[in-house]
Amino acid sequence: MEQSHLKKPYWQTIIWCSGAYLSLLIMSGLFVAPFAWMFSVSLHDLPGVFAQPFQWIPERAMWRNYADVTSLLPFWRYTANTALITALTVTGTLLSCSLVAFGFSRLRFKGRETLFSVCLATMMLPGQVTMIPLYMFFSSIGWVDSYLPLIVPAFFGSPFSIFLLRQFFLTIPKEYDEAAMLDGAGWLRIYWSIVLPLARPALATVALFTFIGSWNDFFGPLIYLNSPELATLTLGLNMLKSQIVGTGTTQWHLLMAGAVLIMLPNIIAFALAQKHFIKGIAMGGLRG
Amino acid sequence: MKWSRARREQVTGIAFISPWLIGFLVFTLGPMIVSLGASFTSWTMLSPPTWVGLENYERMFGDDPLFAQSLLNTAYYVLLAVPLATVLALGLALILNQHLPGMGVFRTIFFLPSITNLVAVSILWIWVFNPEFGLLNSALRVVGVTGPLWLQSDSWAKPALIVMSLWGIGGSMIIFLAALQGVPHELYEAAALDGAGPVRRFRAITLPMISPAVFFSLVIGLIGGLQVFTQAFVMTGTAQPGSEGGPNNSTLFVVLYLYKKAFQEFKMGYASALAWVLFCLILIVTLVQKRLSRKWVYYEAGER
Repeated sequence: MEQSHLKKPYWQTIIWCSGAYLSLLIMSGLFVAPFAWMFSVSLHDLPGVFAQPFQWIPERAMWRNYADVTSLLPFWRYTANTALITALTVTGTLLSCSLVAFGFSRLRFKGRETLFSVCLATMMLPGQVTMIPLYMFFSSIGWVDSYLPLIVPAFFGSPFSIFLLRQFFLTIPKEYDEAAMLDGAGWLRIYWSIVLPLARPALATVALFTFIGSWNDFFGPLIYLNSPELATLTLGLNMLKSQIVGTGTTQWHLLMAGAVLIMLPNIIAFALAQKHFIKGIAMGGLRG
Repeated sequence: MKWSRARREQVTGIAFISPWLIGFLVFTLGPMIVSLGASFTSWTMLSPPTWVGLENYERMFGDDPLFAQSLLNTAYYVLLAVPLATVLALGLALILNQHLPGMGVFRTIFFLPSITNLVAVSILWIWVFNPEFGLLNSALRVVGVTGPLWLQSDSWAKPALIVMSLWGIGGSMIIFLAALQGVPHELYEAAALDGAGPVRRFRAITLPMISPAVFFSLVIGLIGGLQVFTQAFVMTGTAQPGSEGGPNNSTLFVVLYLYKKAFQEFKMGYASALAWVLFCLILIVTLVQKRLSRKWVYYEAGER
């Protein structure tokens, strides 16, 4: 436990550390195994997938499974679709949430606290409550089977991102605003030239979470997109699964290759920006 | 007319938050009111709504065995998955908090599954749970155990989904880790001077100090667990649309049932009523937790 900071006999430290490492090794083995297995299956040929016992390292790695799955799905088309939705969602979220968070953190106006609590309270509202009227509404204005229902709401703020940004904006000294005002700057200028540049780490965190959320979104595309050519990667992978499971051609090596390809952007994003992830989650969790 | 500074700030402030305000009215409050109204109607996609009063709710609680089943399934899932996830996440966070070399790598390993695409993860686990060729039963066979049929068995499908959910505890683990790092070292040193052993220090210092994080993670876990959908939708049933939630409706969770009512049977009125019951359930569970939390969650002076 925390006694590693306290003085204690040498041998005890050694036992403690090896115990900690041993349990970590076992646990991380359990966590890595499904990933490793998925990757291994994705490099087998069909008989290899069903071989008993399973060969973790295939005799010949079938890298062409990856090429095959990209032609089985219109993979690049789906990637472009998903990238478009994700890019616009991230842009909209950053823009709207930073404006709103600026208003909630730096301007004084009547009703601010009440409105902010309302904003926080909506985080608890399950999406299913608004889902059906929203679907009917979007359907009546002809937006179903387009990306608009997935993108447009992002330009109107999301409570969690507003909350994260507001917390960060509060740590930027108010004196900056006063000084800028003396120089004749308006609020919009303070927002754009002072607060936003200082808030880059928080903006990066919000962008990351929004990226992950949008890239991985399943429910939204599932109910709003009908035309196969509009599908996102996630939706496409699920369609492929239904085909493969449905027709009895159990091409699990191809499905696994598809799954690996879809997971990659998340893993890369995480590798590049680990710190922002950890900070963002900790910030959300520690509000008490 | 010249506005006073306060007046100007009032208008500017509202202008800044107006994206959220408009979004709240159009995408949240409006639909909420419509949805509440719709829950008292027999609204299908094909016919205009007719007022039926409490009929939807009466049917739900009196004459809908599938709804009862979905409630039981959800309760089973939440009551097992959430406590298990919390204990496991806390355990991992405690070990990771030792500041031993290489902890960053382990942290990454435990965290990664929680941000990977849930549909891809679900597809991976369908194959992990395959009774004959899957990773899990193959491993069990090595130690001489014949594994169950997992997703193909009424009694093992829910436990399978719970096992899979434990793979995604990275988020709570990070929250616990951050909370652990916020506990002042002086407290441990003082306790050690007073002769408190590791177990005593954990119970008297660590647990109370991180209790707000545990509370937060439990609340989030319960809210998320009550809305479990994607795994069940992707992993269960045959390829036949409408068969999701199988076998024998053993993985028919409330949100999956709601989805099927709304988007496969187009019973929008009934589905709206289901959504409101779910909302009330989430509200009650959260309020009860909040009530209970007074007994065990410790806030330092000044917080909250």
